[in-house]
Amino acid sequence: MIKLTDIRKAYNQGRDNEFWALNGIDLKIEPQRVTALCGPSGSGKTTLLTIVGCLARPTSGRVHLRERDISGLPERFLTEIRRSTFGFVFQQFNLIKGLTARDNVMLPAYPLGGDWRALHDRAESLLDTLKLGHRRHARVEWLSGGEQQRVAIARAMINDPEVVIADEPTANLDTALSREFMAILENLKEQGKTILLTSHDPLVVESAVVDTVVNLRDGRLVGAD
Amino acid sequence: MRTWIEKQKALIDFTLSSLARRKLKNLGLLLVYTLIVFILASVMLFTHALRHEAAQVLKNSPEVILQRMVAGRHDLIPPGYLEKLGRIRGVQKKEGRLWGYYYDAVVKANYTLMVPAAGAFTAETITDGSIVIGAAMARARGLTPGNLISFRSYSGRLFSFTVADVLPHSAELVSADLILMSEADYRAFFDITAGYYTDIALSVANPQEVRNIAIKLAETLPDSRPILREEVLRTYESIFNWREGIVLVLLSAAILAFAIFAWDKASGLSAEEKREIGILKAIGWETGDVIKMKFWEGALISLTAFLLGYIAAYLHVFRFSSALFEPVLKGWAVLYPRFELTPVMDGFQVATLFFFTVFPYTVATIVPIWRAAITDPDAVMRG
Amino acid sequence: MLSRNSHRAFVFLGLFLTLFLLTFADAAVQRGGRIAALDENARLVARLGLTDLCLFTEARYTRHPSQADLHTAFQDHPIGLEHFPSGTLLPPPRNLASSYENLDRKTKSAD
Repeated sequence: MIKLTDIRKAYNQGRDNEFWALNGIDLKIEPQRVTALCGPSGSGKTTLLTIVGCLARPTSGRVHLRERDISGLPERFLTEIRRSTFGFVFQQFNLIKGLTARDNVMLPAYPLGGDWRALHDRAESLLDTLKLGHRRHARVEWLSGGEQQRVAIARAMINDPEVVIADEPTANLDTALSREFMAILENLKEQGKTILLTSHDPLVVESAVVDTVVNLRDGRLVGAD
Repeated sequence: MRTWIEKQKALIDFTLSSLARRKLKNLGLLLVYTLIVFILASVMLFTHALRHEAAQVLKNSPEVILQRMVAGRHDLIPPGYLEKLGRIRGVQKKEGRLWGYYYDAVVKANYTLMVPAAGAFTAETITDGSIVIGAAMARARGLTPGNLISFRSYSGRLFSFTVADVLPHSAELVSADLILMSEADYRAFFDITAGYYTDIALSVANPQEVRNIAIKLAETLPDSRPILREEVLRTYESIFNWREGIVLVLLSAAILAFAIFAWDKASGLSAEEKREIGILKAIGWETGDVIKMKFWEGALISLTAFLLGYIAAYLHVFRFSSALFEPVLKGWAVLYPRFELTPVMDGFQVATLFFFTVFPYTVATIVPIWRAAITDPDAVMRG
Repeated sequence: MLSRNSHRAFVFLGLFLTLFLLTFADAAVQRGGRIAALDENARLVARLGLTDLCLFTEARYTRHPSQADLHTAFQDHPIGLEHFPSGTLLPPPRNLASSYENLDRKTKSAD
């Protein structure tokens, strides 16, 4: 579904501190499967994630989404694709402080100018599904870590994306909450979502939910599962 | 179209939620902004209305007033002066006028004493010993018709007068400090011999002729100084000019305040704000969406400030008689006329105020986020 | 539908805008009501031959700015800087320069 061909990514190109995060990645992400990227910090996992999810452009190489080359698209189109195809769950959750859980969930869809009522109802139902219905009017900074993550997941789902991308989802959670997260992940997979995540948590990597594990080191792939 | 409206509404939803996070700070900002608009609009409305009032009322001023100058100072018209004028074509009437100032030590106020032209007060002729006074003067001395009042003349003698009438309150703007008396009383009070006048008022039938007549007058009487009605009107057209004294200070203070606001807004974002814009972009907002959202923030605040400030200014000037300006206008004077102004607004001025209130602030809100809005959102992932 | 921020904002803005427009309507009504008073004032000015508004009674040249000449402000002191507050609100009448110009020109032609 997503094909990466010889992806390279450099930061501070041309300057003294030039740094190549990715040095030629060839990867295929299978649809409706859970793929996990593993590797030590600095291996380029997060960078790869941003490129797959259209948050950044590769320095060289091609990204194909369903046979369509999206690497060279202008920002408008890239944003459009990102908005409709991908849902992000950030490691730091990245919720907007001061806003309620429900408002945070609705946020990605605001610029679309759709029916507000319908969006509102969808947000509430998503929060209900994730057992956060009773907290929907709470400001996100008052929520616990686990609750915040579920809000982040609900937000990622608001536009009904095909692909869910999660960066180190269990890094800030204890074991119990991590298991809960994996259960939610399984649920999403059953709904037919494609999932891509990074982790160096064995609880995640060795879980039965994960179909493919991809190892990275120094910006290159190391073997494959 | 419907989508566009829904989208703007959604962006406004977010921007208001965002502002509500710091309710007190933003309400304070709105209040100060409204106050500035209030002051500026009050000054604008007041000066425009006053100028209009002056023009409406003083258009009946005498066409030409002739003063006599001695050593650069205004001096009395001597006997025979009027006759020296002779007959000037176009001049319907010329009459010597008597008016002057009196300082009342009791209340430390200055009054203007006048002898009304013959026939001016046919209904209530001012007999010797009686005076008609202006409303503010009546207030200052607590006088009503029938009361007696004494003034000590500059020669040391005491003169007593009976108040025959008080001029109407609605005419205070032109007559607040007037004391009208008979000619005999005036001459006795100020020790001015018969034949001497303060100045000469001329009425001219044809307004086109006034300038020529003034030139002729200056020729015939080189020590005279003709004052034309158009000059009188022009004096009041530039009253409270923005280049003058206190108005300039007010204006400068307001501009400075605006500049500080704009600077505070435009001088960059906090790390928190930058992060939030990054998040918005990461979850699917385009650069344009972020900018539009910020635009609404600036526009809504400045629009509200303008509307509220203007409404308050209108009420202040036309319903509360510019009560806040009274101390400024009164200065060191004791008498101050109570007057209502006719509400006239200059649409152009209102539009200018609107433009300068809304536009710079809105731009100042957008400018700093421009940079943040166009950066790639992947920084958020890494951050 | 007032649960939405934007709707609440629109209600307020609508209210303020209405009040704003109402001030213009009020002004029009007031203007009509003031015509009689303005006329009366104008007639008083005509009857008495008044030349100035009675705004500042502090000094001669502030009480009758249109009748003042260039020198009255300085009669109290040759270097008399403006010491009445209302002097800061009134500019010197613009006609002063021109009336003196006039006299200059007249002198030339008389020679």
